[in-house]
Amino acid sequence: MSLTRQDVEKVALLARLKFDEDALDKMTDHMVQIIQYVDKLSELDTEDVQPMAHALDIHNALADDEPRPSLPREEALKNAPKRDDECFRVPAVLGE
Amino acid sequence: MSEFSYEIVIGLEVHVQLKTKTKLFCRCRTEFGNPPNTQTCPVCLGMPGSLPVMNKKAYFLGMRTALALNCGIPKFTKWDRKNYFYPDLPKGYQTSQFDLPMSEEGYLDIKSTKDEFEPRRVRIIRAHLEEDAGKSMHDEAAGKGDSRIDLNRTGTPLLEIVSYPDMRSAAEAKAYMQELRLLLTYLDVSDCNMQEGSLRCDANVNLHITTDDGVIATPIVEIKNMNSFRSVERGIEYEAKRQYDVWQETGKVLGELPKQTRGWDDSAQVTRSQREKEESADYRYFPCPDLVPVIVTDQQIDEVRQEIGELPSALRERLQNEFGLTIYSADVIVNQGLSLVEYYLELAAAAGDNKLAGNWVQGEVLRILNDQEIEIEDFPIDAGRLAELLQLIQTGDLDSSKAKDVFAAMLTSESSAADVVKELGIEKVDEGALEALCQVLVERNQRIVDDVKSGNEKAVGALIGQAKKENPNVNPGQVRQICLEIINNL
Repeated sequence: MSLTRQDVEKVALLARLKFDEDALDKMTDHMVQIIQYVDKLSELDTEDVQPMAHALDIHNALADDEPRPSLPREEALKNAPKRDDECFRVPAVLGE
Repeated sequence: MSEFSYEIVIGLEVHVQLKTKTKLFCRCRTEFGNPPNTQTCPVCLGMPGSLPVMNKKAYFLGMRTALALNCGIPKFTKWDRKNYFYPDLPKGYQTSQFDLPMSEEGYLDIKSTKDEFEPRRVRIIRAHLEEDAGKSMHDEAAGKGDSRIDLNRTGTPLLEIVSYPDMRSAAEAKAYMQELRLLLTYLDVSDCNMQEGSLRCDANVNLHITTDDGVIATPIVEIKNMNSFRSVERGIEYEAKRQYDVWQETGKVLGELPKQTRGWDDSAQVTRSQREKEESADYRYFPCPDLVPVIVTDQQIDEVRQEIGELPSALRERLQNEFGLTIYSADVIVNQGLSLVEYYLELAAAAGDNKLAGNWVQGEVLRILNDQEIEIEDFPIDAGRLAELLQLIQTGDLDSSKAKDVFAAMLTSESSAADVVKELGIEKVDEGALEALCQVLVERNQRIVDDVKSGNEKAVGALIGQAKKENPNVNPGQVRQICLEIINNL
């Protein structure tokens, strides 16, 4: 399996990343190599193997529905690039 | 241009906020209406290194709902990441379920008591457990073009219930929503408040148009933002007409346009185009490595099944078949909620007359609840006290209009029906005296006697009026019956 420049452009768009032409070429090379490396796995016969849902062999990690204190608002907003007293501020969300 | 007939094809995706104290993956509170950003923590803010832990109650409330919707519960279920960027989604993905949902393949039956449509079984594809997003508010007043983000709601547990496209009219879609809401309140799994957003509905709608060259399908549109039962109905009706007009103009059919998302504008009563729907693959779902799968046993599923009480459809049937109520009465009582049904059952048992109890609950009791805007829990006359009143009606001690006077007095006192009867000075007229009075009236009114004899039974009403003048305590029903007997024996 290989990867085209258009594939990389699409993935970049979905990840909201912007590359110039040089970076896009480089990124395409890298991603092709990564895909080819992972592609080695297809050489294995997995016909009778159940898909694995999780790397750990544990399940049912469930917590009781008991509230614990939330962060103070000041702490929650602290890292925001833009904020006011109550809310995070972001560039206008178009429509609803 | 000629007119073609068409069928509307509707599938609904309903999001239900589950009634938990805390969020799906962290223990922040889920309370509605608190100051913005006071219910967050590193997990629901999407801070690097934080780890989610599944809320046990949310999982089991989801299972209870799924079982009540006749869904199968797979033994193994897991959670996946649905990746997209939006400011109200701090992690950059929604934790949802993709290929192995917690429940699948159920159904909900809908009926119309007003004959708006034929009874229908709406099949359910799946009900899965996912997290809610935060809220974005556009600050018009401040201008500046910023949106403000409140993440209190982020991570609130949602059950997404997806139906097959089995509905064929806006009325059916509305009935499905109403029946689903009723079921959810009987199950006590959600507040179901559409205004507060704890019950939300998106509709997938298209048309099957019968043309001269066979049936064609129009492109599917997803309608969002329908925040009341009425807007569900109106939104779908509007969209059907719009799709028909667009098809007449452009001739575009399913497959020739990507799926479109339109929002319902309730004030303008139109749907408006939103973003083009990203293809499913663009969400790049993959298993969430931070959450481990859930495995359930048959025993656990059975235990949850035991928690489910009698549901609306079963209760309606029982009230009709065992209690002899009409389909309409049963519907009215059951649709008011479980508490009113329990009140009715207690009343019927104590009064010993199922139909009379049904009439009173559906009539006087509901009228007071509506007028005073109270719930049955706050109704001043408990079932036992009302039953005493109904017994006085059955024994003939009270006619229905006097019974209503007694009922009105009981609303503001704690006295028994018998005591109120005494307080109001209502006395039962001795049967001998009543018969004597009727005899006198019949003899005094030859014309009425002739009328009745010639087949006009209604004429006897004038005698009831005269009897009431002579003695206000007489029971009109009894006067009527006795007078008719006397006349017919003449």
